[in-house]
Amino acid sequence: MDEFVFFLNKAVISGLIIGSIYALGAVGLTLIFGILRFAHIAHGDMMTLGAFVTLVLAGAVSLTGVQSPVPLSLIAFIPAMAITAVVAIGIDRMFYRPLRERGSRPIIIVMASVGVMLMLQGLVRILAGVGTRNMFFDQPKDIYRIALPGTPRELVLTEPQAVLIGFTAVAVIALHLFLTRARLGKAMRAVSDNPDLARISGIDINHVVAATWVIGGGLACAAGSLLSMDVVLKPDLSFNLLLPIFAAAIVGGIGQPYGAIAGGFLVGFSETLAIFNWSVLLRPFAGVLPAWLEVPGNLALVPTEYKLMVPFVILIIVLVYRPTGIFRGRVL
Amino acid sequence: MAAIIEARAVSKRFGAFWAVRDCSLSVEEGSITGLIGPNGAGKSTLFNIVAGNLAPTSGSIVFNGEDVTGMPAHDLFSRGLLRTFQIAHEFSHLSVLENLMMVPAGQHGENLLAAWLAPARVARQEAEVIRRADEVIDFLNLRRVRNELAGNLSGGQKKLLELGRTMMADARLVLLDEIAAGVNRTLLKDLAGNIVRLNRELGYTFFVIEHDMDFIARLCDPVIVMASGTVMTQGHIDDIKADQRVIDAYFGGSPTGHATTAVQAPAVGAVAI
Repeated sequence: MDEFVFFLNKAVISGLIIGSIYALGAVGLTLIFGILRFAHIAHGDMMTLGAFVTLVLAGAVSLTGVQSPVPLSLIAFIPAMAITAVVAIGIDRMFYRPLRERGSRPIIIVMASVGVMLMLQGLVRILAGVGTRNMFFDQPKDIYRIALPGTPRELVLTEPQAVLIGFTAVAVIALHLFLTRARLGKAMRAVSDNPDLARISGIDINHVVAATWVIGGGLACAAGSLLSMDVVLKPDLSFNLLLPIFAAAIVGGIGQPYGAIAGGFLVGFSETLAIFNWSVLLRPFAGVLPAWLEVPGNLALVPTEYKLMVPFVILIIVLVYRPTGIFRGRVL
Repeated sequence: MAAIIEARAVSKRFGAFWAVRDCSLSVEEGSITGLIGPNGAGKSTLFNIVAGNLAPTSGSIVFNGEDVTGMPAHDLFSRGLLRTFQIAHEFSHLSVLENLMMVPAGQHGENLLAAWLAPARVARQEAEVIRRADEVIDFLNLRRVRNELAGNLSGGQKKLLELGRTMMADARLVLLDEIAAGVNRTLLKDLAGNIVRLNRELGYTFFVIEHDMDFIARLCDPVIVMASGTVMTQGHIDDIKADQRVIDAYFGGSPTGHATTAVQAPAVGAVAI
């Protein structure tokens, strides 16, 4: 039983946390691909930027001497989402839209997004330095311990983790309602489905593009902020996120928001299950197993340092065996 | 009657090849005008120029008294010039109702701010759009598939949906690009009936490019014949069918006419050209 709780903490909760982060990032990525038809390489840095905006906002508020019952970052990330959304629209107007209007091929716009990525990386480093920063500068992280019957072990969840799980659930439901009920959401699906037809049947593409960046930028900011709160904010956070969120978007079927959510959790759980030390679960059976079978100390499929390999492997398997992804998106 | 759309001395060159050369024609307001011609006559090119999908090399297009040469398709759309496609276009992951609801331009719900600040106004307009979409669905007899994903419709139903889209937009001129292609005979009768009703009851003007000669004969008056990139003749379908130059263009391959003169006029109607 103790071992099972260990499994819940190390594999299930961790998978849920990292899966939520990937899902929130991948949704934006997949919407941008579906509507604007290019792979947004700068998406990881939009997440770092969002976390940075949250930190700056929280820092600015703490300077005024306001006392808050909850850590400031946990409140600041909501307005930071709005700011990041506006920044995302601004980046689009400045860099991507002129190329689109000129009729540039998607690969040109992808290259432009590589440029935007480098600029954002530089910007965050200039303003925040290269070191790590603690998002909980004003008060310590609360840690929730949930007692389980029949075992002294407890489920452990930190404050930002709890907020992240709740936020992801709300965001997924809100996104679903938006895409199926709201006129603008339906227009987004229409543009993703058939852009030429959408253009000639009266849908205002500019509104749809703006909405895409609001959703993509907002969710990127939330994911980046909550991840930095869970660990720490560091400028190269984005680099470790970019590959998993691309893998998640592609696994789910590129252009399919529900697929991106499923893909995010799939990649997240694969990662945590791959680095989980399975020998822990075998230990209780040490008495029943034959004597010659000695349970080794570490039975993880992949050493923790090579965690980033997991999305890589998933990506390759999907591209080879099911290039349209789980939800049948566009073939890349 | 006045011309709703005119092509004035339109030419289009692809490399060294003139697909359309010095072609002038006009479509009268309130008519159902047909456009026929042998393969390679330049019909599709001309059609694409009129619909705003191609810019002409020279010449101009005048819609409703306004020069619209080279204007993109979505601007023409807002002026009431719509087209359908030879291969039906639809939003395959949206329902029939949602497909129709996409059309009316300038809906408040599309505005990021209005959706939050004026929900009542958005809801009112949405209800109005749904009411209208339902009228169109009834008109086209699509009630059974109202909530079906458009991607699951039959080829013919997709063509009806294309027609429905033009009804949602208050079109003045609708360009039908081979709307009969791939539609079964029964549904084709519905389609033709609906086009005539739209023309008579709502005053839509239609400009029809079509290979199905029966369909043209049933619907269109006048009929314009193109050959070698320009207008050869135009008039009532019976006169067209009897015109020796038209027969030669279709069967002789040359508009000067010294090839298959043995083919009799009615044969044109029997052959799906």
